[in-house]
Amino acid sequence: MLTERLLAVLFDGLIFGAWLFLVSAGLTFVYGVLRVLNVAHGSFYALGAYLAATLVGLVVGRGLSPALTYPALVLAALLVGLTVGPAMERLLLRRLAGRDEVTGLLLTFAVLLIFEDVIKLIWGVTPWAADAPYGALGQLKLGAVTYAVYPLALIGVAALMGVLLWFLTGRTAFGKLVSAVIADREVSAALGVDVGRVSNLAFSLGTFLAALGGALVAPMISVVPGISVEVIVIAFAVTVIGGLGNVAGAALGALVVGLVRTSALYFFPELDLFLVYALMTLVLIFRPYGLFGRAEIRRI
Amino acid sequence: MAALVRRMLAIGFKSLILVGMLVAACAPAPAAPTQQPSGRQAVPGAPSEIKIGLVTFLSGAASGPFGIPARNAAEVWVDKLNREGGIGGAQIKLVIVDENVPTDQQVVQLRRLALDEKVDLVIGYISSANCLAVAPVAEELKLLTVLFDCGTNQVFEEAKYKYVFRTAAHTGIDGIGAARYLLTVKPDVKTVAGLNQDYAWGRDSWEIFIRALRKLKPDVQVLDTLWPRLQQNEFSGEISKLLALRPEVIFTSFWGGDFVSFINQGRPRGVFDQMTVLFNNDGANIEEFGKDLPDGIIIGFRGPHWIEYPDPKENPLQKEFIDLYRAKYGRYPMPHGSYHVVQALQGVKAAYEKAIKATGRWPSVDDVIKAFEYLEFDSPSGRISMAIGYGHQAVEPAVYGITKFDPQLGFSRLDRVKVFPVKCVNPPDGVKTLDWIEQGFPGAQC
Repeated sequence: MLTERLLAVLFDGLIFGAWLFLVSAGLTFVYGVLRVLNVAHGSFYALGAYLAATLVGLVVGRGLSPALTYPALVLAALLVGLTVGPAMERLLLRRLAGRDEVTGLLLTFAVLLIFEDVIKLIWGVTPWAADAPYGALGQLKLGAVTYAVYPLALIGVAALMGVLLWFLTGRTAFGKLVSAVIADREVSAALGVDVGRVSNLAFSLGTFLAALGGALVAPMISVVPGISVEVIVIAFAVTVIGGLGNVAGAALGALVVGLVRTSALYFFPELDLFLVYALMTLVLIFRPYGLFGRAEIRRI
Repeated sequence: MAALVRRMLAIGFKSLILVGMLVAACAPAPAAPTQQPSGRQAVPGAPSEIKIGLVTFLSGAASGPFGIPARNAAEVWVDKLNREGGIGGAQIKLVIVDENVPTDQQVVQLRRLALDEKVDLVIGYISSANCLAVAPVAEELKLLTVLFDCGTNQVFEEAKYKYVFRTAAHTGIDGIGAARYLLTVKPDVKTVAGLNQDYAWGRDSWEIFIRALRKLKPDVQVLDTLWPRLQQNEFSGEISKLLALRPEVIFTSFWGGDFVSFINQGRPRGVFDQMTVLFNNDGANIEEFGKDLPDGIIIGFRGPHWIEYPDPKENPLQKEFIDLYRAKYGRYPMPHGSYHVVQALQGVKAAYEKAIKATGRWPSVDDVIKAFEYLEFDSPSGRISMAIGYGHQAVEPAVYGITKFDPQLGFSRLDRVKVFPVKCVNPPDGVKTLDWIEQGFPGAQC
């Protein structure tokens, strides 16, 4: 009985953790490479979800194979990443160079508010469903409990995404260019690095990640106004626990929060909500820079 | 770094509040309808227009299922009332503001409506927390404030107000109606579990339901109570646990995104085949689900606010409301927000007209309040009576039914509907809901 329960905690914890990582990876990545706490992450997430719902609706509405809904999800994220990302970096974020980090927070918050209404103008306020990909992968019976395969598959997707991101930032020439630009924009430029292009690419990738989170999660949820703000809160908690700006930290944060919350659900359901924030508080007390973050010397 | 993040957070949150205030302050008032009164004789001293502040969610999670359907209904209904001569010859002008600001800012917003916008009265508030926060301030401002949608039974059970009214039933009838309906369709129920959002309304909903059910059937066993975060949207863990426990009935007060997500995630996993799920409120649009809402779900309505209850053939206002709303928005009105806001408008109109009749002139706030107390008025939801809360709180019958897909309609219709009369689900005037349940529903007429 207890092993069965522990197995369930592990499964559901991994599912919840994967979901958390998918919705927060973009936020922590953009902070890591551009030092902008991108509140508009929530908007990109919502745009990805809405566009995914629209494309899935098109695929299903035309009677095409449900298998085509999966590329539709990725396509939705690509569309957002390739249009909104570069435009926002070029038109807005580039002007932030040399300003206080708070300016970036305010700027991206303004973008979030604008997009909240733009989304309502385009998609209205009634919920959009994109549940076809969720059901199409079928179910799996584990003991007495039936699981849907889609969220289990997301565990794999999240893990793959984490590894790719780690590889990209730590092991490729692009990653090294990005680190150089973060360390010193002027010296990088003097050394011949196209600083603008690197920042633009990096931010677009972050936008794509946010939209991909939205697109992959869309089949499980109801796509409604307000999801942009909700995701920011939870993504923020996860990334702060892991260490803002650190992709591996976000993965660990997501895993820890997922497992803690699910254990609470099974063993102390009354404390479900409390434990997640208690965990965040503890981490902030003992490691204010997050589990994976490093204390930094402030330059005055 | 850490200090920097903390500073950014502090400034970030302060600016969030600031921006929230700015947004609230700049929320545009929609253009007022411009038709002239259709020839009806104006009352002596009547102004050319009566300004009503409407506070409803225009953004955030509650805007889709509740807030915007309420605004839409208000606009449709105000147009209609103005075509028919407004209130005592005065045209109604709505000043619409977004409820989606922190609770402490609601109070600031209410003051602004009273002092800067100089509204004659306010109709507003979907969130229970907001109702509880603004009621004392409305009293202080001597501003007639009609709460139109929020559920908490505490407003008039824990305090007494002169300037505050609520023209819709409180959440007591959700829980008591749920318990009574469950025992009608499943008289032998042995085991239940709760799945409610961890905030005031979720906790209240479960409390009222389970106390009522235990009173009516003491041997019912509670297998589990789960408290996910509001708008958590991901319920793999909750569903696994419930599937393993297998209660006969799951009681939930989910609304909005959580409602839809739970259905999306629970359906492929067999939740709705293996257990009876009871939603104490129709917190998502049944019409929007189309054929995707599973059959056999019990859904409750806080009053007769469903397209077939009251029967449009017997209630001309209901028919007119549905026709007007569909003509403008191409869909049916939403049971909670849309019907509730029209009840408020009808109540205000009836109170003003009664006061005009009594005084022979344009009434003062005190005249209107006197007329409003224990008032009865007609609405698309049937005849509403301000029977409890010392004449400030409306009562309504509770309506429960079971979903069944209707291919002709294109979405689910309600099957096995039961309407519990007012005195079956509402405590008498002056009695608190939980006390009434504890005492075994004395005086209930079912």
